[in-house]
Amino acid sequence: MELTRKLEILADAAKYDASCASSGAARKDSRDGKGIGSTGGMGICHSYTPDGRCVSLLKVLLTNACLYDCHYCINRRSSNVQRARFTPEEVVQLTLDFYKRNYIEGLFLSSGIVRSADFTMEQVIEVARQLREVHHFRGYIHLKTIPEASQALIDKAGRYADRISINIELPSQKSLDRLAPEKNLTNTMQAMHGIRQRIDENVDAKKAARQIVNRPRAKAPAFATGQSTQMIVGADDSTDALVLHRADELYRDCRLRRVYYSGFSPIPEPSVLLPIKPPPLVREHRLYQADWLLRFYGFDVGELLPKEDPNLDLDLDPKLAWALRNRAVFPVDINRASQELLWRIPGLGTVNVARILAARRWASLTLADLQRMRVNLKKVMPFIIAADHRPHIAQLENANLRQQFLPGPRQLELNFNAPPPTTPADATMVLSGQL
Amino acid sequence: MTTTAQIQPTFEAWRSKARELLKHGVAPENVDWVDASQTASLLAEVPAKYQIAPNASVKVPAEFLRLAANVCAHTDQRRFAILYRLLHRLALGGEKHLLAMPSDRDMHQCTMWAKAVSRDIHKMHAFVRFRLVGVNEQNGREQFVAWFEPEYRITRLASPFFEKRFASMEWSILTPDECASWDGNKLTFMPGMSRHDAPAADAHDDLWRTYYRSIFNPARLKVQAMQSEMPMKYWKNLPEAEIIHDLIASSDQRVRAMIATPERPVKPAPNNAYLNSLRNKPEKLTSPAPASPVSSP
Ligand code: SF4
Repeated sequence: MELTRKLEILADAAKYDASCASSGAARKDSRDGKGIGSTGGMGICHSYTPDGRCVSLLKVLLTNACLYDCHYCINRRSSNVQRARFTPEEVVQLTLDFYKRNYIEGLFLSSGIVRSADFTMEQVIEVARQLREVHHFRGYIHLKTIPEASQALIDKAGRYADRISINIELPSQKSLDRLAPEKNLTNTMQAMHGIRQRIDENVDAKKAARQIVNRPRAKAPAFATGQSTQMIVGADDSTDALVLHRADELYRDCRLRRVYYSGFSPIPEPSVLLPIKPPPLVREHRLYQADWLLRFYGFDVGELLPKEDPNLDLDLDPKLAWALRNRAVFPVDINRASQELLWRIPGLGTVNVARILAARRWASLTLADLQRMRVNLKKVMPFIIAADHRPHIAQLENANLRQQFLPGPRQLELNFNAPPPTTPADATMVLSGQL
Repeated sequence: MTTTAQIQPTFEAWRSKARELLKHGVAPENVDWVDASQTASLLAEVPAKYQIAPNASVKVPAEFLRLAANVCAHTDQRRFAILYRLLHRLALGGEKHLLAMPSDRDMHQCTMWAKAVSRDIHKMHAFVRFRLVGVNEQNGREQFVAWFEPEYRITRLASPFFEKRFASMEWSILTPDECASWDGNKLTFMPGMSRHDAPAADAHDDLWRTYYRSIFNPARLKVQAMQSEMPMKYWKNLPEAEIIHDLIASSDQRVRAMIATPERPVKPAPNNAYLNSLRNKPEKLTSPAPASPVSSP
């Protein structure tokens, strides 16, 4: 088969994986004149496809042949899609050629499962090994691992990669049993724990090493610096509460860098168990916002999703929805309130909160100051007290307050196509291609 | 008394001029900043007659210098003057906390300019596309050339990134204002060039477009989201942009085809030792998988 055709099939097969991040790698570069590439700091999105997604890595499968039968996946054994397979050398060459032209930040390699978990892992690792050891590639490498692979192989993958990931796919074993019968939640969580341990050990080892000698900078990391995972949303009947509780557990217990939420998207080879429906893009967006609130704004899942209402409001961002349920907390005085409380004001992101904290040491802040910080005044005004502003209590108590924030019908449509970044944090997230 | 500060539009030029003015305590309202590259005939520069003796040392936070470097790369005519006013207030005006005041008018303006510039730098790092032009016969290094049209004068600010990343290649990035060139050892800068000086295509562009086409998911069309991150002004130098219109136009049709596809029945599991091992060991729910025998490719 021609290389072009293989690339077509194996990129198409990989596109349902939402992860494309290339941030957070250890700092390395090629100024020693050997090899090629650099990482460190923010990853770069080298292009965007018309689905609004960032193209940062060459994201391909080594092969799309697969023994498993995950019904949301185009590569499952029941699908009639044409199968193809790259040789490790082909992927290595493609990565280098693309990298040198500045098309990409590196490689995201995954694979259908052939023969066995270990056999498949070995093939994937071989690509990374060649890139790192033969070509001294210092760009970004993200390897997908299989939870059933042996610990020794997962360790080896972690030594070549900047990031490794295992997709949890669905938040409960019940859903997996129905839609991905070969997958096992316990195995996945255990493997993630194992990876976390290695990452932690590596951080400790690096600290220890730094105290002895200054290690040369251009060295590949001894172990990946992060792991991430993906959950598919809208393929099963799991609630947002279930999804976010699972995510929260992963962040806390396995220290994941990111959980990606991927709205189940129609595939060209539909399954009888999962008939085609449009992807739940708004829900996916709300989940990302809630996820952000969990990680950076001090919210917990129970606050965002009270028991009686286990799904996020699709019309309002989750912080605003929380504020409307907890009006007694407001108004908050931006010139006095603690950081934690400022974070809870709808329309104020962490970046602007930091600015407010810095600026208010010198002057009492007014609405005009907020405007210059590009704060959405209309959104924050009902919730804050500023030097020259105090909301009418009646407004806060007004049962119609929610109505004011609802997008008009026209806007709703807009929202669906391109959910606007709501907070500066969101905007950075978009900038860094992490959404 | 007004002093004319005529400088090349670079951070270095602005900094040394500003330092000199500041040392003499020249007030911002008495300086007329002129971009030397924009004036047809160089005015004979009248050496300024300073009334105050030079101040010993001028110290500003490193953060200000970082801001100033970006602001100078902007193209707004007022940037040198406002930047100098900011510096003056910071260093001599006793407003040491200015940098923590994003709501201050001058700070706000400079921050906006700096942001626009750093966004442009970021986009340059992202959207430069190198084209292979040859191989250095002496050392075997591949040689690449790129053409890029940044919005601001950022070639110098954006180049160190390429140096770190592509140190083992030889490359040049040509832009209308200034060009950067790396020979494997040293980064040099030259005057701007025209797009005709750069190669129009690379043999790998086709493969790259194939990838771009295949990684796109027509079921999630979000054209606005794409455009806000990859504004159309950059498209003319991106090889993949050629096919954007076709991808958008055909996506509806492709999704319809998916919907029309009959659902595929479930195929039985093949007889595979590994699959059997997954199924036959329910106790595996709590213990990790034993390493399966390793087979060679
Ligand atoms: S294991 Fe499941 S999700 Fe992964 S390629 Fe195979 S069928 Fe698709």
